[in-house]
Amino acid sequence: MAVDYTKYLRMEKMPLYWCPGCGDGIVLKCYLEAIDELGWSKDDCAMVSGIGCAARVTGYVDFHTLHTIHGRAIAVATGIKMAHPDKHVFVFGGDGDIVHIGGNHLLHACRRNVDITVVLINNWIYGMTGGQHSCTTPPGAKATTAPRGSFEPTIDVCKMAIGAGAGYVARGFAGDPVRLRKLIKEGLEYKGFSLIDVFSPCPINFGRRNKLGDPAKLLEHMKSFLVSSAKAKKMSEEELKGKFITGVLHKDEEKPELTQSYQELVKKAQASDEYWAKYATGRLTDEDRYKISREELKGLYPYDVETPLKEWKKL
Amino acid sequence: MGRIGFMDANAAIAEAAVVAGLGFYAGYPITPSSEVPERLAKIMPERGVPFMMMEDEIASINACVGAAASGVKAMTCTSGPGLSLKQEAFGMACMFEVPLVVVDVMRGGPSTGLPTRPAQGDIMQAKWGTHGDHPVIAVAPCNAQEAVFETIRAFNLAEKFRQPVYILTDGSLSHLHTKIYIPDPEEVEIIDRAQPTVEPDEYYPYDYNYEIPPLAKWWTEDGKSYRYHLSSLVHDKTGFPTVVPKYVQWLETRMMNKIMNHIDEIEKFEYYKMDDAQTCIIAFGSTAESARVAIDEARKEGIKAGMFRPITLWPSPEKQIKEIAKNVKNIIVAEMNLGQYILEVQRIVGDTAEVYGINQMTGTLIRPSQILDKIKDPSKKVELIMTDDEIKRFGGGE
Repeated sequence: MAVDYTKYLRMEKMPLYWCPGCGDGIVLKCYLEAIDELGWSKDDCAMVSGIGCAARVTGYVDFHTLHTIHGRAIAVATGIKMAHPDKHVFVFGGDGDIVHIGGNHLLHACRRNVDITVVLINNWIYGMTGGQHSCTTPPGAKATTAPRGSFEPTIDVCKMAIGAGAGYVARGFAGDPVRLRKLIKEGLEYKGFSLIDVFSPCPINFGRRNKLGDPAKLLEHMKSFLVSSAKAKKMSEEELKGKFITGVLHKDEEKPELTQSYQELVKKAQASDEYWAKYATGRLTDEDRYKISREELKGLYPYDVETPLKEWKKL
Repeated sequence: MGRIGFMDANAAIAEAAVVAGLGFYAGYPITPSSEVPERLAKIMPERGVPFMMMEDEIASINACVGAAASGVKAMTCTSGPGLSLKQEAFGMACMFEVPLVVVDVMRGGPSTGLPTRPAQGDIMQAKWGTHGDHPVIAVAPCNAQEAVFETIRAFNLAEKFRQPVYILTDGSLSHLHTKIYIPDPEEVEIIDRAQPTVEPDEYYPYDYNYEIPPLAKWWTEDGKSYRYHLSSLVHDKTGFPTVVPKYVQWLETRMMNKIMNHIDEIEKFEYYKMDDAQTCIIAFGSTAESARVAIDEARKEGIKAGMFRPITLWPSPEKQIKEIAKNVKNIIVAEMNLGQYILEVQRIVGDTAEVYGINQMTGTLIRPSQILDKIKDPSKKVELIMTDDEIKRFGGGE
């Protein structure tokens, strides 16, 4: 099935900003295919990104898009989703942006299970800023800020997200686009917080420094860290050390979604407080209100209320 | 016909925000501002609008920027250290040019400072907290009733000028319970952001033909959908990043001009007994209430003193202060910090009048008697007044 990508892209922004061999284009393609399969209207979709190579996606896709500050895309998206629960809200970003600086927001979005889909381009490096090591850089791998190899342990973002209570967590691989598309589609469909951690190559800033500059070679190297979920079941804990499992890692159909929970709270609040319920719907009669005339008001407060009201037109 | 309530300025700001059409609140609790979210948590679900307590101050203001960009009126509330955390995203709101209201209930600083005591130390943080050049609108009400009207006005200014607006109060004003009149939305003017008249495919969020381009809501009631891109990078009329010097300069100067060209609409101030005054007290917020009493006392003794109270602190009322400087001998700037707004007054006044400061940063209010002493002899150093009872109450050793 051929997908007309031009429908979803701002074609005047082409060619893409990314380096040759970068995985971002593959992930974007899978993502657009998933949206196309779902048949969602562009008008109903909003996408937020922070800073970084992957964050450039918001410039290319023809949705409602925000290109925000470093690490805060999930927080911005949460605001949009809460204000418009019937729309589709997505976040696109890299490991430095979403996991490293934005880790706190990621944890709490998982906990809240707010219905946004995060596609995380995990290329183990800060690409745009020139190849500094991130919290996903494998120990020993070289980076501009780790010229002798990174000495810090890495984070398994999927395990972290599951622990924090995310509804849907999956890991994909830019070298396996067919399965990646399925994972993204399932995440988009899921009513709740979905995280798709995508291992994606950065041949220029990660590969080159680690003598893996050939994109195909780098993909093979990344793949050596990956184990499919079916295979992982048969492996011991010792064998799984240092490996990352791919596929759908967690799906919780029971966990309530945040905007739905809020709607229930609204119902409860409006039913329990008849006065404010009337106020909210504008059906308040004069008898419901405090009956205080302007004359009575004058003595009540040392500063008069009339003057500011009169001067109101001044803005 | 509005409502009467007995509440503090924090709750009053919360009530007023809802009157102004608040559509989204996200915040993080911090003393002494927490009564704002506490009140909103009660009343916002009743009106069916989202209230959120986020994981930190940074997330709060970012969520607000997201909601504001998508088309609803958003507000966040904080105090000193929280405001520092919010600065980066405040800059983003300036760059996006989205309407946003940020309430800052000032407390003593620096750092965690004096959490439960009043101060006026964020005057310059409000003006210069972010990086880069952009205008700032900050309003500073002096009592809870005025806070109600200033909150509604802050929302209107934000919507009209596509600009985040600060409401600066302080710890003592915000916790003083008084009887408050909350107007109905019909009683006051409520401004909503200007909407484009062109079709979605001809719309640019930063159209060169406008001084303040209309900001389209993403989802309109008539089913039209304006899809556009906003970037926190310097952008051209389409909202996409640019480094073309001409467009960079255009954006930066237009952002400044959209406020400075409309300064008369934004400015609000009060003259108190200034007609024949020889000494002018410049004070704002709760300090202004002390100044009011001091001036009344001075007048009883035949000293011609008056007060100029800027309600809009930023942009500063230059024209008015310059005019005052021509007519008075002395200007005394009273503020609960070690000299912030006095810098602005000195800059405006230059050599035309003597400028003295009452700069007390004790975590207590400046008293009328201290201001009165200064009116009588401007060159005299202000004594810190502590009663035995206060020393006992505040504790602390030598």
